[in-house]
Amino acid sequence: MLSSCADPKAIEGLSWLFCYLTSGKHIDFYWSFLTVLLLLAITAPAALGFGFVGATAARSPFLPARMLGKTYIAMVRGVPDIIYFLFFVIALDQAIEYLKFLAVCPAGSPLPWQGLEFRVCPEAKVPLSTSSAGWHKAYGFLLAAVTFAIVFGAFAANVLYGAMQAVPRAQLETAEAYGMSHKQVFRRILVPQMWSYALPGLSNLWMILIKATPLLFLLGVKDIVYYARELGGSKTQAYEFPHGDWRLYYFLGLLVFYLCMTRVSEILLGKLAGRLSRGQATAAGEAMRKAAA
Amino acid sequence: MKKLLLATALVALGAGMAAAQTVRLGTEGAYPPYNFVNDKGEVAGFERELGDELCKRAGLTCTWVTNEWDSIIPNLQSGNYDVIIAGMSITPERGEVVDFSQPYIPPASSAYLALSKDADLKSGPVAAQTSTIQAAFVAENGMTVVEYATPEETVAAVKNGEAVAVLADKDYLKPIADESGGALVLLDREEVIGGGVGMAFRKSDTELRGKFDAAIKSMKCDGTLDAMIVKPEYFGPETKVWGEEGKQGC
Repeated sequence: MLSSCADPKAIEGLSWLFCYLTSGKHIDFYWSFLTVLLLLAITAPAALGFGFVGATAARSPFLPARMLGKTYIAMVRGVPDIIYFLFFVIALDQAIEYLKFLAVCPAGSPLPWQGLEFRVCPEAKVPLSTSSAGWHKAYGFLLAAVTFAIVFGAFAANVLYGAMQAVPRAQLETAEAYGMSHKQVFRRILVPQMWSYALPGLSNLWMILIKATPLLFLLGVKDIVYYARELGGSKTQAYEFPHGDWRLYYFLGLLVFYLCMTRVSEILLGKLAGRLSRGQATAAGEAMRKAAA
Repeated sequence: MKKLLLATALVALGAGMAAAQTVRLGTEGAYPPYNFVNDKGEVAGFERELGDELCKRAGLTCTWVTNEWDSIIPNLQSGNYDVIIAGMSITPERGEVVDFSQPYIPPASSAYLALSKDADLKSGPVAAQTSTIQAAFVAENGMTVVEYATPEETVAAVKNGEAVAVLADKDYLKPIADESGGALVLLDREEVIGGGVGMAFRKSDTELRGKFDAAIKSMKCDGTLDAMIVKPEYFGPETKVWGEEGKQGC
């Protein structure tokens, strides 16, 4: 903090506002935007990965893989997000600590589940109670990212499954007639063509993912919505910068942020859709071919 | 030689484990002057100072964690932190799921904050924070309760007319009434609910609870607890303190 901000109650006007907006808590608030962007950057590819594996499994000729893929899609899609977020994070956390419990706790320790409590020996805590606050934050964030990836992966799996089914059968048959193996058909024909069918569904998911990031707060990660609510709430003289209820302004700021995010995404996705349609046997691809000719 | 090595290893391990005990203190961080997150982004308030002092007296290393009020007890039980120190009143219902230390603040008054002195508490809903003793009190005493997740929202509900009044700890509401410029007033009627404010522990953590109990008692005995309570930035000189009652059995 700057030296001129040492006594915020003595200053007024613009310099007060400047000091207010550069307080430690506001700096945390600005970093939390990065947290959200980081979550998107990690979750989107991870969810796509989950989705791809899920979709491939769901249309596999091998029955157990097919059942596994379909169960994953049906289960995650069928449970409300909030319930899933609340349940899964706790379950994942306990599962990790249970595995560590088996590995490091002295033999004969009682099982961690005791009535309402979940208790492992101190050595098995993840992260350890002695770890710095940064590790606790990182661990919480990672749990959240994995949960997001699994939930959105299930939706992505269904979209990709549909897209794979939408690739015209004739295309695959032609490839087979050329003597390509199943794997080659999958890699060279099916996957490159399915993206243009998958993109509208995937872009919907991406938009929903952007708008779902405030769920981070449910998972104990302090995101921008948490800070907006916390900073905007009215502050008495107990605080260094007392003020009234300013939540409206903070939320207006968030509104602008989210609108910018979705607008930029729309533009980029539009460009991507154009790229993917090029040379495809779809209406969009045909229109492009005609325009070029 | 082997035995010596083994013994050394065991001693080193034991020492490492003893030093590894960091106690995580969980608080809400939204209830000044009890606890709040200050403009530097750190936990502050009465309970911050108290908690740090208690840890010093008990010889423990402590760190602070904030958690939503709603899930503060479940997260204690699942081991996210070891102690709740969040202005939590001792009640028999909570006593069934957690164990309390002895109280560090005597049973305090709860007050009603309303738009005018003559507000009729039966004419509309009374706001209170979810899972507080005040919310239970309102519901049990023939008034309609409307619950909010944070203390901030309960006050906002009174301001915009969703609720006739808000029932909360007087120490929380008084600065809000004082600084509202007359827009919000405290009613003359007050309630004394709960068995004082204490720290909450997992039922299985009797050893840790014993350490904090002893530390609280020692602060009551030498009067430092009372001196801390009446500090102007916390509860002020008019607040009820422990006095002679706290010194019994020293």
